Amino acid sequence: MSGQDFVDRLKENFPNQVTGADLEAIDPWIAVTPDGLVDVCRYLRDDAGLRFNMLSCITCVDYFYADEKKAAKAPWEPHLEVVYHLWSVPNKQSLVIKVMLPRWKDGQEGELPEVPSVVEVWRTADWHERETYDLSGIHFTGHPDLKRILCPEDWVGYPLRKDYEMPLEYHGIRGR
Amino acid sequence: MSTVEDPRIVEFDVRTDEMLINMGPQHPSTHGVLRLVLRTDGEIVSETTPHLGYLHRCAEKIGENLTPRQWVPYTDRMDYLAGMNMNLGWALCVEKLMNLQLSDKAKHLRMIISEMCRIASHLVGMGAYGLDLGSFSPFLYAFREREKILDLFEETCGARLTYSYITPGGVTADLPPGWLAKCEAFLEGLLPVIDECHALLTNNAIFVKRTANVGILTPEMAIDYGCTGPVLRGSGVDQDLRRDGEDCYTDMYDGYAFEIIVEKDGHYPQDHKYPPIPETAVLGDCWHRFYVRMLEVRQAIDLVRQAIDRYSTASGSYGEPIKLTEKLPKGEVYLETEAPRGQMGFFLVSDGTSIPWRVRARSSCFCNLSVTHELCRGVLLADVPAIVGSLDIVMGEIDR
Repeated sequence: MSGQDFVDRLKENFPNQVTGADLEAIDPWIAVTPDGLVDVCRYLRDDAGLRFNMLSCITCVDYFYADEKKAAKAPWEPHLEVVYHLWSVPNKQSLVIKVMLPRWKDGQEGELPEVPSVVEVWRTADWHERETYDLSGIHFTGHPDLKRILCPEDWVGYPLRKDYEMPLEYHGIRGR
Repeated sequence: MSTVEDPRIVEFDVRTDEMLINMGPQHPSTHGVLRLVLRTDGEIVSETTPHLGYLHRCAEKIGENLTPRQWVPYTDRMDYLAGMNMNLGWALCVEKLMNLQLSDKAKHLRMIISEMCRIASHLVGMGAYGLDLGSFSPFLYAFREREKILDLFEETCGARLTYSYITPGGVTADLPPGWLAKCEAFLEGLLPVIDECHALLTNNAIFVKRTANVGILTPEMAIDYGCTGPVLRGSGVDQDLRRDGEDCYTDMYDGYAFEIIVEKDGHYPQDHKYPPIPETAVLGDCWHRFYVRMLEVRQAIDLVRQAIDRYSTASGSYGEPIKLTEKLPKGEVYLETEAPRGQMGFFLVSDGTSIPWRVRARSSCFCNLSVTHELCRGVLLADVPAIVGSLDIVMGEIDR
C-alpha cells in the first residue's frame, strides 16, 4: 500500500482530522490533529487491511531557534512535532503519523502543550510518552502515570527543548 | 510450657504483611543499574516498578551538537555489549538519508562484523543468565569464547568494547591480513563450546525448573508492549528485520541462506541438532527466550561463514567513510535494524547542515523492559531475576 492510499483512506474516514501529508519525503508522513489522534490510531491498529499493531517510537522534535537572527530566517514558525512511527507485524509495513503543536499551550510560556495519550491503543506508548514528557515537555492527557522516567523526579526543565539551559547546580553537583 | 499440637495450625496463624523491597540499582542480577521496587506478600511479588535513568547520559542532546560521524562513538556506549550493531544501525540511518550505496565488499564485511558481534552479545546474555540462576560455569565458558571475539575485533579497529568501526560510508579500515583465517578457526572451535553450553543449561533439570513456565509473555502482549528481538520471537511471533526490514538494511542479507529462529508447530528450525524442548516449557516463557538466543548463535555462525566466502571473492572497496563535517541533505529518516537485543531504531532529522537537528535512538531494551511489571505479577521473589535476566537488558541502551 502506498502513501497516497493511506492518506485517501484516512481522509475518507476522518475528513476533518487529516491536516497535511508529505508523500515525497524519504519516509512519507501524515499529519493529524491532536483531537483526532486517538481515533486515527485506533483505526490504524484495528482495520483489517492496515493492522498497525506495533508502535515503534514516539519522538518530539522542537522547531525553534534561540538565536533571534536565525529565527528571523527560519523557514518555519516555531512549533513542536510529535512523531509516531508505527509498524504492522502482519503486513511488515511502516507508517509515520505526526501531530503539530504550539511550543507552549495558548502561548503561555511554561504551560505544556497537550496531546491525548495513546496508551489505550498501544501499551508501548506508556514509557515512550513518559520519556517524551520528561525530555521534551509534552503533556499527554489521559496518561495513567505521567512522570519523569530518565531524569530525576525533581529535575527542572525539558532538556530536548532547543531553548533549554543546563542548570548550574543540582543538589550540590556543579554543572558546566 | 506450651506445646504445639498441630503444626499446621501455626502455619496458618503466621500472617505476612505487605512489604516493599528495593532491588538494585547495584544488585548484580539486575544487569547494570536497574532499580526494581517490589511489593511483596511473603514470597509472592504483587507489583514491580522499574526505576530507570541511572545511566542517562543525554546521548540524544549530544547528537544535536555533533556531526553524524562524531556521534558514532556515542552509539557504541548505548548497547556496549553489541557496539558493532549499534554502529551499524546509525551508519545505515545516515546512509539512508544521504542515499549512499555501498559496494558488495563493504556489505559483506559489515555482515561478518555485525554477526560476530551478535555471537559475542548472545554469549554474554546466555552466560549471565546462567549466573542469575546460580550456575557459574556456563558464564566462564561463554566469556572465554567472547574474549576471542574481542581479540579479533581488537585487530580490526584497536578497541575491545567501544569500536566505532562501522561508520557512515563503510568501515574505518579493511580487515588485517590473515584475519579471515583466524575468524574461521575461531568459529570451528566455537561449535563444540555451544554444544557444551547446551549440555550445561538447556536441558539441565534445575535450569528448566527455574525457567520453564515462568514469565510467560503472550504474543499479543509482546506486540502491544513493542517487544522485539529474541523476546518477541520467543513468544512465537515470526518477525526478524533481517528479513522483514527496510530494503536499505535487508540488502545486506540478500542471497544469504538463513531461517528465522521462531517456533512453528512445536519445533524450531534445525532443532533436531539441539536438546529437545522440555515438556514443561510453554511458548513465551523464559526458557524459550533463552533457547532462541542459543539458536541464534548457531545461525550467526552460519551467516559469518557465508559472508567470509563472499567477502574474499567480492570486488570493490571496504567503503570510504564520509567526511567528518559532511553536509547532510535536508529531510528526516527513521531506520530500524535487528540488533541482538531487538529492533534498534535511529531517527534523524536534518535541516541541511552538517549537524543533525534532532537525533533519536529507539531502544529495544527500553520496550522489552517495560513489560516487566506484567511478567512479574504474582510470581515468586526468586523468579524476578529469572524473568528480568531472560529479557537480556543492557542499561546503557535503556537510559542512553
